[in-house]
Amino acid sequence: MEETQSKFTQKSQKRKFEQFGRTISFICIAFIVLVVLSILYFVISKGLSTFTTDGVSVIDFLFGNTWRPGEVGENGAPLVGALPMILGSFYVTLLSAVLATPFAIAAAIYMIEISPKNGKKILQPVIELLVGIPSVVYGFIGLTVIVPFIRNIFGGTGFGILSATMVLFVMILPTVTSMAVDALNAVPRHYREASLAMGGTRWQTIYKVVLRAATPGLLTAVVFGMARAFGEALAVQMVIGNAALVPTDLITPASTLTSILTMSMGNTVMGTLENNVLWSLATILLVMALFFNILTRWIGKKGAMKK
Amino acid sequence: MSSKLIRGCVYLSAAVTFASLLFILLYIFINGLPHLNSDILSWKFTTDNQSLIPSLITTFIVLGLTLLIATPIGVFTGFYLVEYAKRGNKVVEVIRMATDTLAAIPSIVYGLFGMLFFVTFLGFQYSVAAGVLTSVIMVLPLIIRSTEEALMAVNDSLREASFGLGAGKLRTIFRVVLPVAMPGILSGVILASGRVIGETAALMYTLGTSSNLPSGLFSSGRTLALHMYVLSNEGIHVNESFATGVVLIIFVLIVNGLSTFLSNKLAKGTK
Repeated sequence: MEETQSKFTQKSQKRKFEQFGRTISFICIAFIVLVVLSILYFVISKGLSTFTTDGVSVIDFLFGNTWRPGEVGENGAPLVGALPMILGSFYVTLLSAVLATPFAIAAAIYMIEISPKNGKKILQPVIELLVGIPSVVYGFIGLTVIVPFIRNIFGGTGFGILSATMVLFVMILPTVTSMAVDALNAVPRHYREASLAMGGTRWQTIYKVVLRAATPGLLTAVVFGMARAFGEALAVQMVIGNAALVPTDLITPASTLTSILTMSMGNTVMGTLENNVLWSLATILLVMALFFNILTRWIGKKGAMKK
Repeated sequence: MSSKLIRGCVYLSAAVTFASLLFILLYIFINGLPHLNSDILSWKFTTDNQSLIPSLITTFIVLGLTLLIATPIGVFTGFYLVEYAKRGNKVVEVIRMATDTLAAIPSIVYGLFGMLFFVTFLGFQYSVAAGVLTSVIMVLPLIIRSTEEALMAVNDSLREASFGLGAGKLRTIFRVVLPVAMPGILSGVILASGRVIGETAALMYTLGTSSNLPSGLFSSGRTLALHMYVLSNEGIHVNESFATGVVLIIFVLIVNGLSTFLSNKLAKGTK
């Protein structure tokens, strides 16, 4: 009797096996969530300690234009104005996006509308390779080709926002192009056919129909490129000159959030103000990354509703 | 007239894209290949030869360990999202947001987190272990994403047939769904490899930049990309940087070739 009962109430071997699979995959999920939360927690709490422990005012940090951690100004407040880096980051990001966007969209038009054959056979692999090339290689080429080139033309050291913009332009061009290609590909064929049937020329079709329909996708591509440019560290650090000064022109050394982080993180002691302000810079970087992420989601939702 | 202008711009842009790749490849290869000699390929690193072999081996170690840890976690997460969770579930939405967030974080922030958590908090110092764990976190979203997409592309009728024959969920996943989804999952893993090979910012403050071969899990080393970064920042070993660049680009070519091969295979498989 008892034996029969246990046979019915006990979980079968198969059931245990099923449970096992479910448990493992649930643990993995929990792990991912834990990782995201702990990254946010560790970086942001470290970044906020500049303001809570060291008593730096947020306004001074965000809008101060003197960056000399370790020194104090006339009023006794530490000189940790992050404005030079914040401006530097925004300049290189916006400039490289402005440069790369028309090229990327035009290249995507070539690949999808003009010559799909060449596009698929030649440009697709070219773009995939360009996306795969490590950022050090881009930085190195910037250092050995672009910096001397700019030095010869404009004088000065050659390091600066212009060089960083050129490097980032080449770096984000393939990323933006491949996403723009996806966006154009997603435009239904009958849109084009309808436009052509109404007597629209090829260019009218591309300009007035295809690009219009693909706008949300194209915007996402550009935002993605900007996110990549904003977060790029070493390639920019190699060519921008790393002077923490408010940028006044494009060809004098400047710095970005990422470049100062890579340069200084190894030289400061954990827990000091010099170290904490670097974490505050990292927090800005993280918040901006989240912002770009939300922006792409928002564009995606808006674009989806229009259809 | 204006349409001719636009046409010109479009052709020009395509040409610029093509030319930039051609330039990068030729520039690195022409300047690097002559310096890829026995000096730089010797077993031991000295300040004279700036050998890249220790970095090459470290790259393989870091890559291997990263994939070994990240692949199962990523693939099982994908299983959960597609096979276990109810479709349209809130949990799936949250996880997707979490992985999207992970994917959006710049690699330098990963590096700093790794430095804070693994290097300092857990006391790993600059080490292979810290570097590997950091890059695991970095590549997870790539693997999860591609697993998810590959699993979702598998036709439901296959699953139903398997359930109909009395197979359980896990058996169905491993025996029926996984074989079909394999090329897609693999291409995600290869994408992840490319990311690890080219990564510098996330590894600089976790793996460290020691030029020697790491003696164990808890000793520092440098990958090829880091080697190239350190060399070119020192500015006195430009030729060696070029040579390292050649090796790095060869890696990229191999990784890309593999992923193209797999995606062709995938395209054939779903038809």
